[in-house]
Amino acid sequence: MADSITKPFNVREIREQFPALRQTIYGKNLIYFDNGATSQKPQVVIDAINRYYSKDNANIHRGVHYMSQKATGEFEEARKTIQVYLNAKKSEEIIFTKGTTDSINLVAFSFGELLSSGDEILISAMEHHSNIVPWQMLCERKNLKLRVAPINSKGELIIDEFDKLLNNKTKLVSIIHISNTLGTINPVKDLIKKAHSVGAKVLIDGAQSIQHLKIDVRDLDCDFYTFSSHKVFGPTGIGVLYGKEAVLDSMPPYQGGGDMISKVTFERTTYNELPHKFEAGTPHIAGGICLGEAIRFLSSQNLNAIQKHEKYLADYAQDMLDTFEGVRIIGEAKEKTSVVSFIVNKIHPFDIGTLLDKQGVAVRTGHHCTQPLMDFFKIPGTVRASFAFYNTKEEIETFIAAVEKSISILK
Amino acid sequence: MNIEEKQQEIIDEFTIYDDWMEKYEYIIELGKELETIDPTKKTDDRLIEGCQSRVWLNTDVQEGKMRFTADSDAIITKGIIGLLIRVLNNETPETVAKTDLHFINDIGLQEHLSPTRANGLLSMVNRMKMDALKASMKSTK
Ligand SMILES: Cc1ncc(COP(=O)(O)O)c(C=O)c1O
Repeated sequence: MADSITKPFNVREIREQFPALRQTIYGKNLIYFDNGATSQKPQVVIDAINRYYSKDNANIHRGVHYMSQKATGEFEEARKTIQVYLNAKKSEEIIFTKGTTDSINLVAFSFGELLSSGDEILISAMEHHSNIVPWQMLCERKNLKLRVAPINSKGELIIDEFDKLLNNKTKLVSIIHISNTLGTINPVKDLIKKAHSVGAKVLIDGAQSIQHLKIDVRDLDCDFYTFSSHKVFGPTGIGVLYGKEAVLDSMPPYQGGGDMISKVTFERTTYNELPHKFEAGTPHIAGGICLGEAIRFLSSQNLNAIQKHEKYLADYAQDMLDTFEGVRIIGEAKEKTSVVSFIVNKIHPFDIGTLLDKQGVAVRTGHHCTQPLMDFFKIPGTVRASFAFYNTKEEIETFIAAVEKSISILK
Repeated sequence: MNIEEKQQEIIDEFTIYDDWMEKYEYIIELGKELETIDPTKKTDDRLIEGCQSRVWLNTDVQEGKMRFTADSDAIITKGIIGLLIRVLNNETPETVAKTDLHFINDIGLQEHLSPTRANGLLSMVNRMKMDALKASMKSTK
């Protein structure tokens, strides 16, 4: 990967690899600023999907024939690619799921089986619904207690309060790495260390971090790390749960079915080894293979340069928006990524979003699946522009002009 | 003017706008002018919770005609409400219940009434029709 570190950053070249960016909507050049919701796909990933269904389609792990073995090989190769990228110890620690939501539900069910009445789970006030609701369901099922670490008005976790909530009843800390609504980067490495000191395991919701930061699960020392393929340039319907081998081994299976068994009789069934124990049924084979392709694509990029570029875009957008009267930035953490959420005095986010859309700019408006966070800021929602490395300064300029025009019409 | 003529009138009004932004500027004007619901009637039972914006709908039947008032926290939603009310108000319950509101499609605003949009408008239209249906059943009793 040495050449990817020195590779010069050329946004034009990068954009050329993303066909979806080359289109006009309502007669305007598309400006895609909804990367937090999902990313566009590079040609290599689209080609891989096409290639898989044109040539390699077969069921895996169960065929003696040529195509099945080839598909199995590619699927397992993808698992290896992801393992190497995350710096996991073994490829068995990489479980294919449907995505972040599915991964968290898996842990909530299976790890949850190990917990008992009175145990506590600690999350933060900036979690996505998918890192809230599965724990509420588990807490109800097992009579556990869900604790929520508060944030300050800038949208940063209050570390002292987090520390106070940690105790020897805390069995799991499940925390968002980067907030999809605010862009806040949580100091997860420190949080993991603190959680481990009271014997708690830690799940990191990496849905918004893998596409922006270099993730090293062994350096972080997290017990679980989850992400969704579609947010990291891969296809929808597939994602990953990384788990430490020992922790995964201690957990009962999630769903029963084919592939996850070792031997089935009507009296007793024994389960397969990792990772298959957690992968019941035919997986999203094309998805897994193409996620591998997306990760290869990502690892061929210069991540340092990407981070610099994305930070530049976000700072530029935020500084410009800040000059508008009545605009309030939601999420002003010191450590933040390329998300700019804002509201405009007396104007509903939905109205801004609709007018931006008609000017060719795709943003997201609403609560971003973080309703408790909206309640904290006492707002109905925000307008969120989230940038990827294929976005440009010129696009930000057009966006800013479009915001200005929208405000002037709506005022 | 019957309900079909009212729909046609709106379609004609919109033909002068060939640019999306002009169209929305007009809708926003309508939203600002919308005679809104009496604040005491903005109660929870009149609230239609959308994922994006919220809508309040009050239904009265006076002299055999439907009289809707409504409000929303989003101005574009209010503008579209204004158009819907212009078409549906002062019509008989039977007419409201059975009319196909094709003008929304014809002026290119169907996205706002799509089930995926979740801005409360589709639920509002459904509730308007349901209220009309109830009123028509009462009147034939
Ligand atoms: C931080 C975070 N967690 C979880 C999710 C859920 O991801 P998915 O819908 O792909 O399962 C998202 C995506 O919206 C997210 O941004």
